Amino acid sequence: MSVDTATVAKIAALARIKVTEAELEAMVPELNGILAWVEQLGEVDVTGVEPMTAVIPNHLRLREDVIDADPLTGGGIRDRVLANAPAAEHGFFGVPKVIE
Amino acid sequence: MPETSNALTELGVAAIREGVAKGSFSAVEVAEAFNANVAAAQQALNAFIVPTPEKALEAAKVVDADRAAGKPLGKMAGVPIGMKDLFATRGVQTTAASHILEGFTPEYESTVSQKLWDAGAGMLGKLNLDQFAMGSSNETSYFGNVISPWRRNDGGNAALAPGGSSGGSSAAVSARLCPAATGTDTGGSIRQPAAFTGIAGIKPTYGRCSRWGIVAFASSLDQAGPMARDVRDCAIMLGAMAGFDPKDATSLDMPVPDWEAALSADLKGKKVGIPREYRMDGMDEDVAKSWEQGIAWLKDAGAEVVDISLPHTKYALPTYYIIAPAEASSNLARYDGVRYGLRDMPSGGNLQDMYAATRAAGFGAEVKRRIMIGTYVLSAGYYDAYYTQAQKVRTMISRDFTDAFTRCDVILAPTAPSAAFALGEKSADPLEMYLNDVFSVPASLAGLPAMSVPAGLGLEGLPLGLQIIGRPFDEQGVLNAGLAIEQRAQFTAKPERWW
Repeated sequence: MSVDTATVAKIAALARIKVTEAELEAMVPELNGILAWVEQLGEVDVTGVEPMTAVIPNHLRLREDVIDADPLTGGGIRDRVLANAPAAEHGFFGVPKVIE
Repeated sequence: MPETSNALTELGVAAIREGVAKGSFSAVEVAEAFNANVAAAQQALNAFIVPTPEKALEAAKVVDADRAAGKPLGKMAGVPIGMKDLFATRGVQTTAASHILEGFTPEYESTVSQKLWDAGAGMLGKLNLDQFAMGSSNETSYFGNVISPWRRNDGGNAALAPGGSSGGSSAAVSARLCPAATGTDTGGSIRQPAAFTGIAGIKPTYGRCSRWGIVAFASSLDQAGPMARDVRDCAIMLGAMAGFDPKDATSLDMPVPDWEAALSADLKGKKVGIPREYRMDGMDEDVAKSWEQGIAWLKDAGAEVVDISLPHTKYALPTYYIIAPAEASSNLARYDGVRYGLRDMPSGGNLQDMYAATRAAGFGAEVKRRIMIGTYVLSAGYYDAYYTQAQKVRTMISRDFTDAFTRCDVILAPTAPSAAFALGEKSADPLEMYLNDVFSVPASLAGLPAMSVPAGLGLEGLPLGLQIIGRPFDEQGVLNAGLAIEQRAQFTAKPERWW
C-alpha cells in the first residue's frame, strides 16, 4: 500500500499536526519508503498466532477502593495540576472558545 | 584544576561510594570535581540540557553530614550522577529534548530518580537526548546535537555521534563528566550509545524499573537502566533503580536481587548461544572480529558455546517500526497545548487550530514522522494489516527467544553493526538510521534483559560493544557474562581530552 498527498494530509489532520504544502510533498516519499519496508511483515505466516498483549507475563492489579490511597496520585492538588498550564484561569484549564 | 579533582573524576560508582564511606575524600569534593568537568565540557559536547551543580552539592552535603553523624549510608551515597532529561524531576525543567515541553517544570519526581536520591545519589544535571527518545544519534534534540568525546584515529576532527537516544548520558560518562547516568531503552537506546562510547549499560527485564514519571515513548517497550563505566557500577546502580511500584501497571511485583553481591565471572556450566541469523552480510569486519573475540573470552571463562537460531530476526526491525510509532502516536496525543508545555494560538483560530499549530511548532521532524506512521497504522482499514500483524510477528520473535533459551543461558551478539558514525552521515535517510538498531531491537520486543560492554577498539580507533541477552528476570546471568568479557577485554581506552 502506498500513500498519496491526499492520504498524508488526512493522516496529518487525524494526528492534529498542521503541515504546509511543501512539508506534505516531502513526507509522501518518506512515508512510502518506510511503509514499503514494513510491508515485508505480510510474508510471515501467522496462522494461529495470537497478537502479543503483554511482553512479560504480569497480572493486573486493582488499587484499594479508597479516596487518596496514594496522596501523590490522589486528589486535592488542583493548583499543582494547573501549575504548568499555558493558560490556567480561575482554577481551570483555559482553551479557545469551542461553542459558536 | 587541582590534581586531586582530576583523580576523583576518574573514579566510578563503587570507588566513590567506598572512598566517601571511608573518609578518603568527602562527597562535596567529589561533587565539586564533577561539577567542574561538566562546566568545562558544556560548550563543546552539549551533553547536558540543564546542569544542576547546586543539586549535586546539596545531596553531597547531606551524605557528608550523615556520615559525620554516624548514620547508615545508601547504596549510591556520595555518587553524583547525570539524569536523562526524560525523567520528571520536581522543580527542574524536564523537556524530553523537545520544544513542546520547553519550560515544563514537574510538580513531582519520577519513581526511578526518587529511588536514586533516596540511595544517596546527587544530580549533576539533566542530560540531552534524542527528542522524545526517538533517534540513534542524538541529532533530533531541540537543544542541539550531543558531540561524542571520541574521535577517529585518522587525524581528522569529524564530529561523531554518541549514539542515541541516551547520547547525553553516554557522552557524559565516557568524558568523565559523571561516573554514571540514567538511560532509557526502547529499541536499544541504552546499549547502542554505550557501545559507541566505550562504556557499559544494561536494560533490565521489562517491568523491573518503574516507568512512572518517565516521559512515555512506546509504553510496551520503554525501560530505564544504568549507564556506567563498568559492570559492577551498573549492578549497583540498577539495584538502586529497580523495584515494584504500584503507580506503574506493568511494574514487576518481585524482589530485587542483590546483583552486586552475586557478581561472578566464572561461567562454568553455562551455555552461551550464538544466533546464526545475526551473521549478516555487510557487517563491518572489525565488528565480526570483536564478536569472535567475545566468543573466545566466554569459552575461556568456562562457558560452552552453542549455535542457536532466532528465525524471525529479519522481521524485528519492521515490527518495531510499526509498534513503537503506533504507541508513540497514542502517547504523544497528550501534548495539546492545554495542560502543560507549549501553546501556539493562531489569531482567530479555534481549538482544533490551536492543537494543530501547537503540535506543528512543538514537535521535531522525526517525532512528526513517527506520529504520522503510527496514526496511519492504527487508522481504520489498516489496523489489522499493519498493527495486528506486527503484534503477531512480535509473539513469534518472542517465541524464538523462548525456544533458544531451552538450549542456552545467555546469548552473545554485537551491540551495533558498526562503530560510531559521523554526525550527518545517516540523518538524511530515516530508514538507514533505523537499521542501526538491528541487533538491539529483538531483545526489546521480547522484553528481555540485555547489556552492552566495551570489547575493544575497532579499525578507526573507536569503541565496539558486545551485547549479552538473557532470560526474563535473569539480569544476574547477563551481568556475570558481561563481567567475564570485561575482565578479559581489559578495556581502558578513553577519549583524549580535546574540549
